[in-house]
Amino acid sequence: MHLEPEPWRRKSPVARHAGKRDRLFSRVASPTSEPIFFSGLQFPVGCAREGGRVLLPEVRFYAWVPQQLPEPEPHRSRGTGATGVRTGVAMIRFILIQNRAGKTRLAKWYMQFDDDEKQKLIEEVHAVVTVRDAKHTNFVEFRNFKIIYRRYAGLYFCICVDVNDNNLAYLEAIHNFVEVLNEYFHNVCELDLVFNFYKVYTVVDEMFLAGEIRETSQTKVLKQLLMLQSLE
Amino acid sequence: MPAVSKGDGMRGLAVFISDIRNCKSKEAEIKRINKELANIRSKFKGDKALDGYSKKKYVCKLLFIFLLGHDIDFGHMEAVNLLSSNKYTEKQIGYLFISVLVNSNSELIRLINNAIKNDLASRNPTFMCLALHCIANVGSREMGEAFAADIPRILVAGDSMDSVKQSAALCLLRLYKASPDLVPMGEWTARVVHLLNDQHMGVVTAAVSLITCLCKKNPDDFKTCVSLAVSRLSRIVSSASTDLQDYTYYFVPAPWLSVKLLRLLQCYPPPEDAAVKGRLVECLETVLNKAQEPPKSKKVQHSNAKNAILFETISLIIHYDSEPNLLVRACNQLGQFLQHRETNLRYLALESMCTLASSEFSHEAVKTHIDTVINALKTERDVSVRQRAADLLYAMCDRSNAKQIVSEMLRYLETADYAIREEIVLKVAILAEKYAVDYSWYVDTILNLIRIAGDYVSEEVWYRVLQIVTNRDDVQGYAAKTVFEALQAPACHENMVKVGGYILGEFGNLIAGDPRSSPPVQFSLLHSKFHLCSVATRALLLSTYIKFINLFPETKATIQGVLRAGSQLRNADVELQQRAVEYLTLSSVASTDVLATVLEEMPPFPERESSILAKLKRKKGPGAGSALDDSRRDPSSHDINGGVEPTPSTVSTPSPSADLLGLRAAPPPAAPPAPSGAGNLLVDVFSDSPATQPGLGPSPEEAFLSELEPPAPESPMALLADPAPAADPGPEDIGPPIPEADELLNKFVCRNNGVLFENQLLQIGVKSEFRQNLGRMYLFYGNKTSVQFQNFSPTVVHPGDLQTHLAVQTKRVASQVDGGAQVQQVLNIECLRDFLTPPLLSVRFRYGGAPQSLTLKLPVTINKFFQPTEMAAQDFFQRWKQLSLPQQEAQKIFKANHPMDAEVTKAKLLGFGSALLDNVDPNPENFVGAGIIQTKALQVGCLLRLEPNAQAQMYRLTLRTSKEPVSRHLCELLAQQF
Repeated sequence: MHLEPEPWRRKSPVARHAGKRDRLFSRVASPTSEPIFFSGLQFPVGCAREGGRVLLPEVRFYAWVPQQLPEPEPHRSRGTGATGVRTGVAMIRFILIQNRAGKTRLAKWYMQFDDDEKQKLIEEVHAVVTVRDAKHTNFVEFRNFKIIYRRYAGLYFCICVDVNDNNLAYLEAIHNFVEVLNEYFHNVCELDLVFNFYKVYTVVDEMFLAGEIRETSQTKVLKQLLMLQSLE
Repeated sequence: MPAVSKGDGMRGLAVFISDIRNCKSKEAEIKRINKELANIRSKFKGDKALDGYSKKKYVCKLLFIFLLGHDIDFGHMEAVNLLSSNKYTEKQIGYLFISVLVNSNSELIRLINNAIKNDLASRNPTFMCLALHCIANVGSREMGEAFAADIPRILVAGDSMDSVKQSAALCLLRLYKASPDLVPMGEWTARVVHLLNDQHMGVVTAAVSLITCLCKKNPDDFKTCVSLAVSRLSRIVSSASTDLQDYTYYFVPAPWLSVKLLRLLQCYPPPEDAAVKGRLVECLETVLNKAQEPPKSKKVQHSNAKNAILFETISLIIHYDSEPNLLVRACNQLGQFLQHRETNLRYLALESMCTLASSEFSHEAVKTHIDTVINALKTERDVSVRQRAADLLYAMCDRSNAKQIVSEMLRYLETADYAIREEIVLKVAILAEKYAVDYSWYVDTILNLIRIAGDYVSEEVWYRVLQIVTNRDDVQGYAAKTVFEALQAPACHENMVKVGGYILGEFGNLIAGDPRSSPPVQFSLLHSKFHLCSVATRALLLSTYIKFINLFPETKATIQGVLRAGSQLRNADVELQQRAVEYLTLSSVASTDVLATVLEEMPPFPERESSILAKLKRKKGPGAGSALDDSRRDPSSHDINGGVEPTPSTVSTPSPSADLLGLRAAPPPAAPPAPSGAGNLLVDVFSDSPATQPGLGPSPEEAFLSELEPPAPESPMALLADPAPAADPGPEDIGPPIPEADELLNKFVCRNNGVLFENQLLQIGVKSEFRQNLGRMYLFYGNKTSVQFQNFSPTVVHPGDLQTHLAVQTKRVASQVDGGAQVQQVLNIECLRDFLTPPLLSVRFRYGGAPQSLTLKLPVTINKFFQPTEMAAQDFFQRWKQLSLPQQEAQKIFKANHPMDAEVTKAKLLGFGSALLDNVDPNPENFVGAGIIQTKALQVGCLLRLEPNAQAQMYRLTLRTSKEPVSRHLCELLAQQF
């Protein structure tokens, strides 16, 4: 178990063909580039929209400088400390494994998204992550979340979490996961994930469940996986 | 260890996957898939019963096809059949298929739930885990209803295996997040807390997540978790690097569990028990100490794991914000990271320091790193790191370093990414205002902003500079001189023209003595920009010109010539044309005195929160749109960027001038700023004149009206309300108000803007403002359909003798409203006497041939005519005693309908219209207010007192006014707001 972030060696000769014709998990891209909303944000039919924003009633106050009338709005009350009490429920929103070409090798969702949204998220993550170089951070803001990602050979492992989540903990959770895969598939390569996609889900469920880290001990996870492997 | 060969166990699947990968084109792939689908369909339909292996293989193929992006419309039943197999591999594929292709087919859900139930009862830990994982992955409400009661039992049962407990804890977490109502707290909760003591670290890891989620909504039920978490943490932190064996990751003991425990502690205030607190502080110190120790491994995994704990520790220290020593140590540690060669660490240090900057204990320590941060802003390659550096500079800014930081940010702006320029502009504008010692610096800074990044200077920013210049007479001359100079640049940004036009129109006289900026020079300079500008700017410049006619009579002939030119008088843009016509007429008809009155210098703007700050908050706010509503921006960064709350740093460097401008005023405006296009001087002066010049008599409007009426063109934009009151239909013509009318009205008692009504066809929005006994209301009728409304006629009706109490002038609106369009109606309101019932708004139109009608209550209540009155405690009590007749007092005791938040209450009372008086009531929890209700006929003084009782969730509200019905009415209105 001396795995560095890069040694994603390809052991199978077939791996050389793992190129353009892979269509694993990838869906037909939708041609639109309009702003994307999660399903929760539905605007009433007929409501005017512009640039993704709902146009509120236009107001013309006859003044040189239009006045803003203050409106009562609850003030965020400060907690005991400088940052107040954390209220956001931090969790993993999704885990993605993609190759450089944008083919999805694993997509695990911890929230309800419909299929179109999933596809858009996959494309966006790919666009955001692949343009970054090695000198960049392993974190990137993404919509209202952040993506923690790490590249192993041609594969990007991405975890989407809340902005106030612990970056380094998830960065190492990725590595821990990759080491388990590497051990389980004996020097894992991209093709192992393709042909054994149903087993990868099992590995994920052992280590992450309900958007939380479930088990972190590599020994325990591997023991369990081998036990399952021995079952018929 | 056995290597897992590709597709072992299912040869057919491996062959199929290889086939797909060998397809040369999309068409070939689709063909292959269709062939396979046909094959599977025939197998499933065939007479021969399939064995478990074949079923598993075909279901797995279907799953693969689905994951390729093709729809699958069969096979669900076979997958469900697999669930009842007693072979693990078959069961697993069945569960996987169900988890990935959740189907709300009710028939299947029942079967699935049945299979899950069996597996949960099987006492086979492998099967139980499969079932629990399926529930956790699907997390649907149906599953919650079926299993929410069972899972806590499994979780705390003494005989459950560790792996089952782990899965059960997280499964319960998922169900609780999806439908909290289905997971009742019970005696199991106490036992869940004790899982923190479990000897299996995996169980603890899962349980901490569950407890962290549950304790947020039920903090008291889980209080005991604090001491347990502390002792667990302490055991981990103090263990040697190999003690925890399986749970040691690159020589770091249980990093993920430590992080989770530290996050759990952030749900609570610092522990009160001294022993627990001591132990915790010791832990935090140990973590900080370990950061200084030489690394036990050169591997990045080691340092990442160690630092994950360190950053979470620092978060907890910042959360407590009570240990100066730890805060300063944290700051020093982060300071070291600022120069670390790992980009990740520099990024995280900048981010973390941002929150430290807002603590009074560490603010100074953060400030010592200013040079490093400025350097980061200049040299970092990753834009997100530069962004954090800019955030940190903003957070550490105070009076002492404002000039340096602002100039660095201005310099950065020239090269900053386009995506973040607007935010930088806002931040510079806010800092320049907040820490301006002399306002000439502030003016210079904003003009620099416009020069450097004019396109990114939003309306809020240049409005704000105008507000400040208008409100502060010591800077007006300087501002006029500076904009005059700036405008002389051959190419200047349109925003500069706007600011220049406004300032010279108001204060050009202050520099007119200098022959280099004499009135004709000023005019020709502005006019040289005129033709290159947009309509909105030209409209503003026309207003400047009419102001010039008043300021500098010698320019009158020239300006009249400009206004008279065909390009103005017959301009295709109706706004410009109208202004030209009206200003020309005004300048020729009105006497000098009248002109001087009408075009007088703008009165100071009312104190309020900076519109820029509001904008920044909106930009940074969580409202970017997602279903993930429990997610929030990092509260700390919110804090910094919001910055309205008086942070210790600003307290230590008080800024009297900022207070004048209402920078810290409490209620942030939620309404978006109105668009600029409409800056119409003329009417603004009218609408302000009753307020600013009460001596002029009640109706300066009418005086000008008669003069202006004849030449005003027939334009839909007619400036003033239709002088003839809209013909009211008889009350018998309109229906009774809709049942929700009262509720809708209530929403507007404490606020003036919002959506009054909405159904599938129509949306009615309201914006209104009130001064003294006058008000102006804008109603926006939006047609939400794609079909035109016909015979559209909204009218205001006065039931009973209301007309003698309240005069409402309405302007007619177009009788057709196109699909998707919005029309606006202006109402001028005058309160003649006190009144109790609001007027009714009747809207009638034909939609697709069918007549529609709707009656609402117009959101005009007596409290809108409140004028807040400040008074000292002594005066208050004296007046309170004077109003001691029993009928003058109205009192109500009622239950709170909303959470009892002092800030919200304050905002509501201010919205209600009264002034809030501090230090009057001996009990600081209570609110005391005073105001005068202005009507044309009389004024009614009002005093109010609101006593919240948090324990009983009750309020007592007392009102005393000089008029009995007013007391009662106000009391009723206000009582419904809490």
